[in-house]
Amino acid sequence: MYRYDQYDHQIVRERVAQYRDQVRRRLSGELAEDEFRILRLQNGLYMQRHAYMLRIAVPYGLLSSQQLRMFAHIARTYDRGYGHFTTRQNIQFNWMELEKTPEILEKLASVEMHAIQTSGNCVRNITSDQFAGIAPDELVDPRPYAEILREWSTFHPEFAYLPRKFKIAISGAVEDRAATAVHDIGLHVAQNEQGEIGFRVMVGGGMGRTPILGSVIRDFLPWQHVLTYIEAILRVYNQYGRRDNIYKARIKILVKAIGIDEYRRQVDEEWAHLKDGPGTITEEELRRVAAYFTAPAYEALPATDATFEQHKAENKAFANWVSRNVVAHKVPGYAAVTLSLKKTGVPPGDATAEQMEFVAGLVDRYSFGELRVTHEQNLVLSDVKLADLYAVWEAAKSQGLATPNIGLLTDIVCCPGGDFCALANAKSIPIAEAIAERFDNLDFQHDIGEIDLNISGCINACGHHHIGNIGILGVDKDGAEWYQVSLGGAQGNDAAVGKIIGPSFSAHQMPDVIDRILQVYVRDRIEDERFIDTVRRVGVAPFKEYVYATPIKTAHAKGEDAYA
Amino acid sequence: MLNVIKNRAVVGEDDWNLLRLNEGESADTIAVPAGKVVVPLAVWQAQKSVLQARGDVGVWLASDERPEALKDDVASLPIIAVDFPKFADGRGYSIAYNLRARHGYTGELRAVGDVLRDQLFYMQRVGFDAFAIRADRDAHDALKGLSDFSESYQVSWDKKSPLFRRVDRQAVTAK
Repeated sequence: MYRYDQYDHQIVRERVAQYRDQVRRRLSGELAEDEFRILRLQNGLYMQRHAYMLRIAVPYGLLSSQQLRMFAHIARTYDRGYGHFTTRQNIQFNWMELEKTPEILEKLASVEMHAIQTSGNCVRNITSDQFAGIAPDELVDPRPYAEILREWSTFHPEFAYLPRKFKIAISGAVEDRAATAVHDIGLHVAQNEQGEIGFRVMVGGGMGRTPILGSVIRDFLPWQHVLTYIEAILRVYNQYGRRDNIYKARIKILVKAIGIDEYRRQVDEEWAHLKDGPGTITEEELRRVAAYFTAPAYEALPATDATFEQHKAENKAFANWVSRNVVAHKVPGYAAVTLSLKKTGVPPGDATAEQMEFVAGLVDRYSFGELRVTHEQNLVLSDVKLADLYAVWEAAKSQGLATPNIGLLTDIVCCPGGDFCALANAKSIPIAEAIAERFDNLDFQHDIGEIDLNISGCINACGHHHIGNIGILGVDKDGAEWYQVSLGGAQGNDAAVGKIIGPSFSAHQMPDVIDRILQVYVRDRIEDERFIDTVRRVGVAPFKEYVYATPIKTAHAKGEDAYA
Repeated sequence: MLNVIKNRAVVGEDDWNLLRLNEGESADTIAVPAGKVVVPLAVWQAQKSVLQARGDVGVWLASDERPEALKDDVASLPIIAVDFPKFADGRGYSIAYNLRARHGYTGELRAVGDVLRDQLFYMQRVGFDAFAIRADRDAHDALKGLSDFSESYQVSWDKKSPLFRRVDRQAVTAK
């Protein structure tokens, strides 16, 4: 993985000093809260319902065991013993004291980490494919480009006060595992007919209040030009993006307002002044950065392992876990393991300090000391020998990290919601928990098969509900919490925005609502059809009809939430 | 203007005055005072023939105005200012960058309005060389903001070359 050189260290060190002084000035009253708020947000520090929340950047989701141990240390020393992995591959801590945050940043800097631009109206953490570098369907490893973009976007002087936040995702495989279509800029690394590497560039995708898939602004952008081209996209947006209404300030609104062709024209005009200029990436720079992402010292192994096959044949639980949580690796004899942070009864994405330390030990022993955070809020051990899978499974089980539910109903993607977040209209974690409890039966889950269930506590859509096959959105109606359900959303190559099925439900009705949706699926599916394919084939109508056919019992007359 | 920082030093009060149109005043009819004055773009456009001859008149751009509006004047204007109505309104950064990079302006470029210490480093990078710090703040304190960082990764007006072209960044041992 990438390692800081003296320049990276220096910049991050100077950032800690700058931030420390900003905190000092806030505490002494020199800085008003209005002013400090915008500064601290650029450092990922939010004021939440109960305390400050600190979001730490995990660049494109890649972590070392040493960094994970630092998270455990922070969880234990400065928080309540746990952290929350987010849908943008970052981690956040919910119980921070302002006075301690400079010290935390200093400790993070010692393991080459920071919280720079994890919030605020600036370019955020670049996200990518959790299987980058190892996936059999990968065309080009996106990580060197993600790192080059990380450096370019860090403290970019012109784009720190954009109309709104700006998210870039990059994918290099046939299957888009980085949800690039719902980002402000989505990059697909690709090769053209001459074998040259470049990007298919999408712009103006996003979720939130106005969910929309990105439009292709350029089919093939040679890799050398990615920084200057993105600079042009951002310069146009910085000047013309709306600033009068926070809900209409994302780039997607601008692209929609003037149309992709006009947006492209303006970008090209801007780019004409930058193209082939000094911002053009050099071969040397790409080589320098790519050198950090070379393959670890894999052993030459056969493609299969007899003891692994035997365990699979003899142990149904292990076989289940392998079928759900283990994916193929491009190197024979290896596989990638997803540790589920979606055990029923635990808020999705949460990990305790003990679990983090345990996982750090596991990756040191079995996976070359590195792991990945997924945008579905799980952890990936990217390079495990087939022969070690059984041992990894047994070990992960002991820590509650081996729930064989990756991609299944209870692998719920969920924002922190009203329990923590000051923006939320409704709680989300208790809904996830109620659904997970109701459908805890693994045989049932395996029968239902692949299904993405996403929950957001408000329209900001941190739980990516728009691209959930089943999406749940918390809404506020006259001070009560209600939940709107949508169907048919999807991520990946066939990305789609879900359709709302009808009036919203109370928290208590939600498990029944999901149950009715699944009943329709089981009734109408053809053979091995996945949930999303059934929805696509039959449409939303049969689901809507059945869900609303008879009243669903409510424990409360109103949508009050008694899970609190 | 008060609280001026110029060429990385505190100047304090200087003899440029900033003219803002009050409600009811019109760009066509307002009397531009004698002496060094920085006028709104609309006033400049309305009274250009007279003002241009004076030699002691500069122009300021609001954050929703375009640097192209001054492309024919960049060679002759003694000062251009860009207004930051709120420090979080970042349009002024692109205006400044384009005045320099696209339109070749080489004279004094001054940030006015909600101009504060914690944004100065970015402002100087995109081409500002003068700052009128908000009146209730200490310019000496704000000056420190220019030195928050000693290195930057990317190209802007102050650094024509990105870090990767300027220095030899040897990959450190990855493991």
